[in-house]
Amino acid sequence: MGMNRRDFLKTSAAAAAASAVGITVPQEVQAAAAKGEEGWRWDKAPCRFCGTGCGIMLATKDGKIVAVKGDPAAPVNRGLNCIKGYFNAKIMYGADRLKVPLLRMNDKGEFDKKGKFRPVSWKRAFDEMEKAIRKALKESGPEGIGVFGSGQYTIMEGYAAQKMVKGGFRGNAIDPNARHCMASAVVGFYQTFGIDEPSGCYDDIELTDTIVAWGSNMAEMHPILWSRVTDRKLSDPERVKVVNIQTYTHRSCDLSDFNIIFAPQTDLAIWNYIAHEIVYNHPEAIDWDFVKKHIVFAVGPRNIGYGMRRAGEKSLKEGKYSAKEMEIIKKEMAKKISEKEAPALAPYGVKAGDVMKMQPGTLAHWMISFEEYKKSLEPYTLDYVAEIAKGDPNESIDSFKKKLKMLADLYIEKDRKVVSFWTMGMNQHTRGTWVNTLSYNVHFLLNKQAKPGSGAFSLTGQPSACGTAREVGTFCHRLPADLMVKNPKHRAITEKKWQIPEGTINPVGKQHIMKIHRDIEDGLIKFAWVNVCNPYQDSANANHWIKAARNMDVFIVTSDGYPGISAMVSDLVLPSAMIYEKWGGYGNAERRTQLWRQQVVPVGQAMSDTWQWVELSKRFTVKDLWGAYPPSGPRKKPLPSVIEAAKKMGYKEDTTMYEILFANDRAKKYTLDDPVAQGFDDSDSRGDHRNVIGSDGKPFKGYGFFIHKYLFEEYAWFGRGHGHDLAPFDVYMKVRGLKWPVVDGKETAWRFNCKYDPYAAKANPGGDFAFYGPLAKKLFSGDLLKPDKKKGKTPIPNKAKIFARPYMDPPEMPDKEYDTWLCTGRVLEHWHSGTMTMRVPELFRAMPEALCYMNPKDAKAKGVKRGDLVWVESRRGKVKARVETQGRNRPPQGLVFVPWFDEKVFINKVTLDATCPMSKQTDFKKCAVKIYKA
Amino acid sequence: MSQETKKPRISERRRFFTDLAHHAGLGVMGVLLWAGYTEKAKSSPLTLRPPAALGENDFLKTCIKCGLCAEACVNRPQNVDRETGRPRPGTLKMAKAKDPVTIGTPFFNPRDVPCYMCEDIPCVPVCPTGALDPAKVTDPKSGELDFRMMRMGLAIVDPNSCIAFWGIQCDACYRACPLLDEAISLEYDRNPRTGKHAFLKPVVHADVCTGCGLCERACVTEKPAIFILPREIALGKAGAHYVKGWDKKDQQRVEERIGKDVTTHDKSSSESPEDYLNRGLEF
Repeated sequence: MGMNRRDFLKTSAAAAAASAVGITVPQEVQAAAAKGEEGWRWDKAPCRFCGTGCGIMLATKDGKIVAVKGDPAAPVNRGLNCIKGYFNAKIMYGADRLKVPLLRMNDKGEFDKKGKFRPVSWKRAFDEMEKAIRKALKESGPEGIGVFGSGQYTIMEGYAAQKMVKGGFRGNAIDPNARHCMASAVVGFYQTFGIDEPSGCYDDIELTDTIVAWGSNMAEMHPILWSRVTDRKLSDPERVKVVNIQTYTHRSCDLSDFNIIFAPQTDLAIWNYIAHEIVYNHPEAIDWDFVKKHIVFAVGPRNIGYGMRRAGEKSLKEGKYSAKEMEIIKKEMAKKISEKEAPALAPYGVKAGDVMKMQPGTLAHWMISFEEYKKSLEPYTLDYVAEIAKGDPNESIDSFKKKLKMLADLYIEKDRKVVSFWTMGMNQHTRGTWVNTLSYNVHFLLNKQAKPGSGAFSLTGQPSACGTAREVGTFCHRLPADLMVKNPKHRAITEKKWQIPEGTINPVGKQHIMKIHRDIEDGLIKFAWVNVCNPYQDSANANHWIKAARNMDVFIVTSDGYPGISAMVSDLVLPSAMIYEKWGGYGNAERRTQLWRQQVVPVGQAMSDTWQWVELSKRFTVKDLWGAYPPSGPRKKPLPSVIEAAKKMGYKEDTTMYEILFANDRAKKYTLDDPVAQGFDDSDSRGDHRNVIGSDGKPFKGYGFFIHKYLFEEYAWFGRGHGHDLAPFDVYMKVRGLKWPVVDGKETAWRFNCKYDPYAAKANPGGDFAFYGPLAKKLFSGDLLKPDKKKGKTPIPNKAKIFARPYMDPPEMPDKEYDTWLCTGRVLEHWHSGTMTMRVPELFRAMPEALCYMNPKDAKAKGVKRGDLVWVESRRGKVKARVETQGRNRPPQGLVFVPWFDEKVFINKVTLDATCPMSKQTDFKKCAVKIYKA
Repeated sequence: MSQETKKPRISERRRFFTDLAHHAGLGVMGVLLWAGYTEKAKSSPLTLRPPAALGENDFLKTCIKCGLCAEACVNRPQNVDRETGRPRPGTLKMAKAKDPVTIGTPFFNPRDVPCYMCEDIPCVPVCPTGALDPAKVTDPKSGELDFRMMRMGLAIVDPNSCIAFWGIQCDACYRACPLLDEAISLEYDRNPRTGKHAFLKPVVHADVCTGCGLCERACVTEKPAIFILPREIALGKAGAHYVKGWDKKDQQRVEERIGKDVTTHDKSSSESPEDYLNRGLEF
């Protein structure tokens, strides 16, 4: 062995320097590289991936993105990124990008549901869509058109889709994948504050003394925020405490002072235990001055079901669900109260063995006294909670109790600031809304909410779950800026702004994302369009929806950058421009709105989703869409014609939706000579050098006005003056985002706090807080059991609510046959269903397949070894996965974790489509499975 | 999925040594006279051997190039492809002419296929000659095979190219490590540039790292910033004359000194004291 290490280091350095061609270390090459770099144009944008909202800089050269850097000016990440962000430059250029529309056809070139995908023109694609939509409208009315929207829509494309669906088609069946991600947080915000989105901001991390993460693996899912948490811990290791609370040990547990592993669903009990500790054992910790001024106590019904299908629904009657599945689904109608949940329900007059008859989920609630609230907490003693909540059978009850006590003490400690973060663990939950509201209870009692360094703070998964899905309101029940479909005043405001006839907007918005799947299975929805998401991979109980997509009389369109599961089950696939191939805007979890310019021209014939919606709008006129519709689906009343009203407004029967909704006089005022539009491509407004042959068969030359600015400014109008104020479009081109409400050019760090939020200061002059959200601010009063409606409603302006909400079992729990909990989730390396990140070779290599993380003792008991393939099987389906007993996730005995990014380990065939009945968000975190060797 | 992942490629670092071997004229790679050649051709010092391999010289003397270890590796039940049900490429390969390794002997390249650290270590017990010595991976107390005792190499981090040292939240190697928090842990440091983020830097613990290479495989940099080297190359060695007073285990490290001649020899001691003294001084 003639080579020592020094030689090795020398030679390896030499080898690295020398190119494969020769030994000449090329000064010319270096110079050339520097020159090349001169031609790079750097511009800012947000990262494509999660809800953290990091800023990046993109380098473009010759029409391609060549490099990316963290943006040192971005306050969220100051130039840093996680490994997904590090690969932003590589996500758009996979060799299998979708470049042309693809339609299922037979050999004669006709559309055929059983045909093979073959390339077609944009014109043909829109012809087929138009045909399918006309058929859907005829057979099912506006309820027959479904749109799978996204928390990854840009603000502009979300707004365009929303406007066409609600203003054009008069439908409401547009709902984002964000429903799966933070709907429970939203309903929690609405119920507690009367307005959506967090009170605090990321600066809380640097200002707090305590970070408690509930059902959130921040180290993998919000890595840049986790590095801020880590820095805060390092800055004062003694004072700053970090606690992680979840159902298995994961990456974030490394930093914690202590970790709590709880039994799935019992987070409800743990929050109530902390409140019990405060109310019963530390009443002196309650800030009565704050509570009396700003808080009311409330309660709602418990028998709300689990968001599954209900008896009598078409597909149930037709026997599309197996006997095994029905074992769980029948609990939607009635549930026998278990010994485990009975003590928690005792204050509501319910005991073990009772059969609770379930009603469909409701948002209804009424005021109660503090004494009633206190009564609801009575069961949550340390003994009861520890007994039901201990999640690791190998942990002693004493150790678990000690940790619960330590947790309560941290919250209660006077002058200790506390931030509670959570993500999917608390949101993807059949009592997700409840557990979200329970978090605020504790913070409110202690006056530790909406203050710098203190507050319960819901972290968002997607890059624009807040900015688009929530703020633009691409949900079936929402309109922009917290306006609601069912509120006639809100519909009128929207109709006026959109200059469409009064009464155009359909008042029934009940077709949320799981309902869209179910309505396809029931045959109601005949046309569905997938935008910026992958609903056939990401929805629970996927076998049913895939079968429905392929077997029912429905035309499914998927717009995407890459082919994935949803495209595979579709009838038409459209090539979409990806993020930096279009102008756009995202809004992150701390209310920070960030806009970017189109950096490059899209590949192939790909066009933005905005363009696709606007082109579709050209195909439909007033008389096509605005006539009368008989009752359909969830809408029990007819929808009257608004054609005459439209004529009175100056529209003709053959005026297109394009002219009304998009290319109207207001839009045309946003001209292309706007200085902010110069120097960058705008394929939608101006067309581009590709001269893509458009929806009319002619080269597309652009709309001739600055459509993105128009869409943004019109949308922003809804929030300005209503607590959602956004800055002007041009400002966002300069800044690294601003946290709304932006009032007098200033962003708002802490909402509801009079010192920081001008809206709060205005609502409560001279005061300290105002929880000014307008929703559900008049309530009946009553006791825990029922409201007393005789007394009428009491207005509660500027007040927030503390809710009494019990622990209840989830609908499916491990039993003798299906003996193991299944929890699903994400990994750092991959974004959602992996369509982008699985195509980045480095990320694929780092995490090539989804594993079944299992406790070594369980593996031994089931006779499987690390690396063995096992079947993970539930009442609904099964999937093969490789066992990992040593990895990043360490479940306790009785639970396995399988991530969902890998379409080849299709775990959503196994999961249960039960939802929080109030938020309709699916519980992907718990169902029962059995594991056996494959 | 991509070319990069499909095409088995020897890393540049190892390629360099192949070339070196070629240029040094150690073997005529094209003309293969199996027996004659293997006697002479030496493996690159960077060769990674299967678990429980004897020291390189002894290993070469003992290995009969039968290929049973590589066969056991590729055919282990865990190595089936999820979709096809057929075996995936194995970790252990028998060196061919193009490899910088004594031809016919087993080795692995973790960037292509790392060692998955099977609990039952199927490659070792099948060795008919003891070139892979089960005793090296057998827990003396329980008498059972213990994958934690494997020592195929050691992971080394290049802090210049490791993006975690730039502040990027990567730690892909750490999450890929089957002995996470033991063989690789994260060292937390504050990032004074940003003032609010932390570095999470991977640190390898040589006393636990088995050299399986799952970290090298997972590393997202173009050329891995964490890579496995044979332990003889990767590790230095402190003198046995000093024991860490604060570490009880360190005593084991210096056991080799027990019973050894402790006399030191240097330039001065080449002369006897008398000769030295009798040299006298000029005055």
